[in-house]
Amino acid sequence: MIPDIVLFIILALVAVASAVGMLFSKNAIYSALNLILNFSSVAVLYLILGAPFIALAQVTVYAGAIMVLFLFVIMLLGAERLRRSETLPYQQPVSIILAAILAVVAIYALLFRPLGIEAASVANPDFSSPAAMAEMLFNEYLLPFEVTSILLLVAMIGAIVLTRKRQRRVQR
Amino acid sequence: MVPVEYYLGLSIVLFSLGALGVLIRRNAIIIFMSVELMLNSANLTFVAFANQYQLISGQIFVFFVMAVAAAEVAVGLALIVAIFQTKQSIDVDQINLLKG
Repeated sequence: MIPDIVLFIILALVAVASAVGMLFSKNAIYSALNLILNFSSVAVLYLILGAPFIALAQVTVYAGAIMVLFLFVIMLLGAERLRRSETLPYQQPVSIILAAILAVVAIYALLFRPLGIEAASVANPDFSSPAAMAEMLFNEYLLPFEVTSILLLVAMIGAIVLTRKRQRRVQR
Repeated sequence: MVPVEYYLGLSIVLFSLGALGVLIRRNAIIIFMSVELMLNSANLTFVAFANQYQLISGQIFVFFVMAVAAAEVAVGLALIVAIFQTKQSIDVDQINLLKG
């Protein structure tokens, strides 16, 4: 039995490495595949955190549906290799410095400002079984759930309208 | 059990990498993928705290974030396809029609 901390470190390394690979791949296809690896490793972290439903939803929705959509659009447009356009010379170093500052400040806040978090007194490993989640979702969160269905419908109609071929305006 | 701070640290690193991707890449699709990476790191924080406090509401929120992200991806990729049809490019530096 591997202790959780070893598993966490391995998965965190995979997640960070694949995120870096996503950023610096020349080809957009490789970026998408790296992102799928990242989502899968985070899904395993969800399993360690005792969230089986979220982990499986992560694999099917993110790594499955969303990334297939990304790959489909990349291949449809044939835009996987973008030639370098001229940019401001200082733009790239400045953005790297800004992102590093963001990370450093956030980690500083994490290390030196105690969060005051205490673990729940009773650790129940089964607190988030899919059955418990469904009970919560369909009782307390029923209205947001229904609103989500309308949101998805609107997004579907929006995607169809946006990608429709432009009608020629014959009659003026 | 892994302390929740470790998960927060991983989440910070992933979020910063996503922000860096939005800033340095010029390909609209990769910028979009970086936004997904940031959403995902926020989800990781939610699940870590849900486990810490043994509350299921955090996971319900992650569920809704996933649904909204799916809707956002559909509309965003449709926009990218529409931009490509008119400009033949998805380089964000080329999208400057509003520029005077």
